[in-house]
Amino acid sequence: MEKTINQKAWFLVLPVFLLVAFSAVLPLMTVVNYSMQDTFGNNQFFWNGVGWFKELLDPSTDLGSRFFASLWRNLFFSAAILAIEVPLGIVIALSMPRQGWQVAACLVILALPLLIPWNVVGTIWQIFGRPDIGLLGYALNSLGINYNYVSNDFDAWATVIVMDVWHWTSLVALLCYAGLKSIPEAYYQAAQIDGASRWAVFAAIQLPKMNRVLLIAVLLRFMDSFMIYTEPFVVTGGGPGNSTTFISIELVKIALGQFDLGKAAAMSLVYNLIILIVCWVFYTVMTNAGVERPMKEKKP
Amino acid sequence: MIHSIPGRRFILSLFLIFLLLPIYWLVNMSFKTNYEIISTMTLWPHQPTLDNYMRIFTDESWYSGYINSLKYVVLNTVISIAVALPAAYAFSRYRFLGDKHLFFWLLSNRMAPAAVYALPFFNLYSAIGLFDTPWAVALAHCIFNVPLAVWILEGFVSSVPREIDETAFLDGYSFPRFFVKIFMPLIASGIGVAAFFCFMFSWVELLLARTLTSVAAKPISATMTRTVSAAGMDWGLLAAAGVLTIIPGALVIWFVRNYIARGFALGRV
Repeated sequence: MEKTINQKAWFLVLPVFLLVAFSAVLPLMTVVNYSMQDTFGNNQFFWNGVGWFKELLDPSTDLGSRFFASLWRNLFFSAAILAIEVPLGIVIALSMPRQGWQVAACLVILALPLLIPWNVVGTIWQIFGRPDIGLLGYALNSLGINYNYVSNDFDAWATVIVMDVWHWTSLVALLCYAGLKSIPEAYYQAAQIDGASRWAVFAAIQLPKMNRVLLIAVLLRFMDSFMIYTEPFVVTGGGPGNSTTFISIELVKIALGQFDLGKAAAMSLVYNLIILIVCWVFYTVMTNAGVERPMKEKKP
Repeated sequence: MIHSIPGRRFILSLFLIFLLLPIYWLVNMSFKTNYEIISTMTLWPHQPTLDNYMRIFTDESWYSGYINSLKYVVLNTVISIAVALPAAYAFSRYRFLGDKHLFFWLLSNRMAPAAVYALPFFNLYSAIGLFDTPWAVALAHCIFNVPLAVWILEGFVSSVPREIDETAFLDGYSFPRFFVKIFMPLIASGIGVAAFFCFMFSWVELLLARTLTSVAAKPISATMTRTVSAAGMDWGLLAAAGVLTIIPGALVIWFVRNYIARGFALGRV
C-alpha cells in the first residue's frame, strides 16, 4: 500500500522527537563536552582537545589497555553466546509441539526467564552456582569438579555464559518459532510428495523462512550482550580480577567509581559509535530483506 | 513427522527443566530459614517458613522499594504509550521529510548502552531538580521504551486497513475524535502489548534506576543490592525479594503469550 506524502505528520511525531531528544541528545552533548576537557575537581575544567581519544585508542596507555581488554572480552562474550544461543534456539523452536495445550505451556515457560529483572537473574545464578548453598555448585563439587565462580576465571566465564544462555535462548527460540509458524502447511505436503529428507526440509523450507527473524534475533542478542552490565555485575562483580569486566562495567567503574569524567566520556563516545555502526548495518540489511521478500514468495 | 526433529520431546523437556531449575531453587530458598540454607543441602524446605516474606511486607525499607519501582514503571508506561501512539500512526500512514532517518534514530536509541547515559542523566536530572524522584527514572527509561513502543505500535497500526480512516473522515470525524473513538479501540490489543513491554523493560532495568535515585525513590532492585550486602548475606530474604519481583511478569505472561516474540522483536515478526 502506497503511503501518502504529508509533511504535517511531523506534528504527530513531534512529541516523540522532543522527548527522545531531551533524554538522548541533550545528555550526549554533555558527554561530548566532557570528552574534550580535563578536571581537577571543584568544577574547574581545562580544554584537553582530543587528548582523551588519543589515550583511549592507544593500547600502550593505562586507559587504552583497559578499554581494548574489555572490548575484546566483550566481543568474545558476544561471539560465544551467539554461537550457542542461535543453534540452540533453532533446535528448541523445531522441537516445539505443533498444537494443543502444550504449545501454550511451553510458550509460557520459555518466556519466563525473559521477564525476570536482570539483577534478579544475577541473584538467581549467584545463589544457584555457589558451592555451599547452590544446587549447581554443590552438585558439580560433589561430582569431583572443583567449581567456584568467585575465584576461578574459567568458572566465572562459564557461569556468565551459561547464565546468558539460560536468560536469552528463549528469545531466539520464540522468534524462530514465530517464523516457523508462518510456513503454510502446503509447503510440507509438497516436500512429502517429493520425498524430501528431513534435512532437505530444514535447509530448503524452514531455514530460508526463518532468515528474517534470525536476523532480528542476532541483532538483538548482539546488542544486548554488547551492553550487558547488570547480570555479570551481580554475579561476579567483574571479577575474579578483571576477567569478566565487560565494556559497560569498565565504563561505570571509570565514570561513577573514579569520577574520571573526561576518560569516561571519550570511552562512551567510541562505545556508542561502535553500536551505531553495527545497528546501521543491521538496519540496512533488515530493510533490504523486507524488500526482497515479496519476490521470493511468488513460488509456493 | 516431517515438521520437527527426532527426539524433540526429550530435547524440549531437558531445556525446560534447565530453565525452571534455577527458578525453583530461588523459590526453594525463599521458604527456608537461614539456618537451614547454610547448615544443610536440602532439595525442598524441610521446615518451610514464611518469615522471609513477612519481613518484606512489614519492613518499610523493603516494601517501599516495590512501591517506588511501580511508580516509575507506571509513569514510564503511560508517557511512552501516550507519545508513541500518534507517532506510530504517522510512521505507518504517511511519508514525510526524514521519516526513515527518524525511524532509524529511534532504533539506535533502543540499542544505546545504559552505561553511557548513567552519568549525563545524573547531571541532567540533578540540574533540573528531579533527582531521586520517580519522574527522573520514568523519563530516563523513555530512551529505550519510547522507540520500542513506536516500533511495536507501528506494526499493529499497519495491520488496520486505511479505508477505515478514509471512511471516518468522510463521515465528518475530526482527526482527534477519529483517533480516540475509532482508531484506538481497533488497535487495543496492540496498545496492550506495547504497554506490557514498556512495563517489562522498565521493571527489569537496574543501572539507570539505581543511578538516578538515592533514598526517597529507591527501587526494589537497588534495595536488593544494598541492604543485603550491608547486613551480611541474608540469603532467604534475598531469595524472597527476588521471587516477589518475578511475580508481576509471571501474572500477565499468560495473556501476552502469543505476542511475546513480536514484542521482543520490536514488532518486526
